[in-house]
Amino acid sequence: MTVLFGGFLLAMLVITALAMVQTRNLFVAVMLGGIFSLLIATVFFMLDAADVSLTEAAVGAGISTVLFLGALSLTSDHEHSKTTIRPLAIIIVIITMLLILMSTFDFPFIGDPQSLVQNHVGAEYLAKTPEFIDIPNVVTAVLGSYRGYDTLGEVFVVLTAGVGVLFLLGKAPPPGCYRNKPADTEGLSHYLIPRLVGRLVIPFLILFGLYVQFHGEYSPGGGFQAGALIAAANILYALLEGEKSALQVVPHKWLMGMIASGALLYGLVGVTGILLGGNFLDYSVLSEDPVKGQQLGLLIIELGVGITVTGVLLSIYHAFASRGKI
Amino acid sequence: MDMLVDIVSWVLLLIGGFFVFVGGVGVLRMPELYTRMHASGLTDSIATSLILVGLMLQGGFSLIGLKLVAILIFMLLTGPTSSNALASAALLAGNKEEGAQQGDKKV
Repeated sequence: MTVLFGGFLLAMLVITALAMVQTRNLFVAVMLGGIFSLLIATVFFMLDAADVSLTEAAVGAGISTVLFLGALSLTSDHEHSKTTIRPLAIIIVIITMLLILMSTFDFPFIGDPQSLVQNHVGAEYLAKTPEFIDIPNVVTAVLGSYRGYDTLGEVFVVLTAGVGVLFLLGKAPPPGCYRNKPADTEGLSHYLIPRLVGRLVIPFLILFGLYVQFHGEYSPGGGFQAGALIAAANILYALLEGEKSALQVVPHKWLMGMIASGALLYGLVGVTGILLGGNFLDYSVLSEDPVKGQQLGLLIIELGVGITVTGVLLSIYHAFASRGKI
Repeated sequence: MDMLVDIVSWVLLLIGGFFVFVGGVGVLRMPELYTRMHASGLTDSIATSLILVGLMLQGGFSLIGLKLVAILIFMLLTGPTSSNALASAALLAGNKEEGAQQGDKKV
């Protein structure tokens, strides 16, 4: 049954991807992108990867759709049709496709006990986590502690992406640069029902974001997902009440501070480990009891991840939303 | 008793699934935007409610049931709201019936 449903979802993925390539309407392509993300999130969930699934649903289907729409609102929503056929490009694409298809035959089957994933460090992580870190969600333990370096790298990738977008779009353009003024800054003032429901829902969205943030050690979730959820709640507020009100709640200055301080907090936890006599990103020395130290370290680095992700996503949104149509 | 709960929940789930199907057919077959939205609204509200209530009966009085109640409340709040926002946005953008059909052909 699972295999059947998984096959159905994967077939839907292929259809959605083909439709995305086919359509000339960029608005439709963005919507299909959201559907694609939701489908792949379902597939991840079926493979018991709840953390990945939550991230994909929050970032892929939620935030990136909104960011794409923000970018589209600055340009036209129709792709310029250009139908020249380039034989060389087609040949390269076909060869690459065949190579990728060939490499899939080397993949292990789902749940194959002989596969590398089951026999490498994974089993050790599962066995040792209750002893060393004592948290139920092993994913968070792997992500934050065993693979702390990788996650630090990911946070700096997010930071770099945010800084890059802000270099391109962050500064307000000089007046007279655009034919049209920045879009209506009043938000949806004449849409009564969405605003009312939004006011009702936004506090709960932020509360759920905080739950995902601080409950990451016990249930699926963590800094990345929580950052995306809290940023989504803020973006919803910005859409409903207008850019100005949203920037009053979380001003630009704060966003800049959040982007830097989250990554800095993560790095500082690592350096504190060195100063207390351990290795970089070794949380065991943070407290008298090594297990408590690990839990404390995880909590702080997840907080750092959450702060940076929220800051980056919000400032990218504001960078798009505060511009006029070209 | 268990048997009865099972039967009721399956009936609810099946009716919910039927409404999802009807909504899908409606979105494909209806002639213009507003009637299509009527069909998709059906999936949003009645189908989701029926399926969630059916699942609640399966989950019983537990954390799962509580979570399903929370999801139901969230869906009942946001589903109709998004339909309303879509309809009024289409109305403001001047999407009259003929315009809708032309727009459909382009896509």
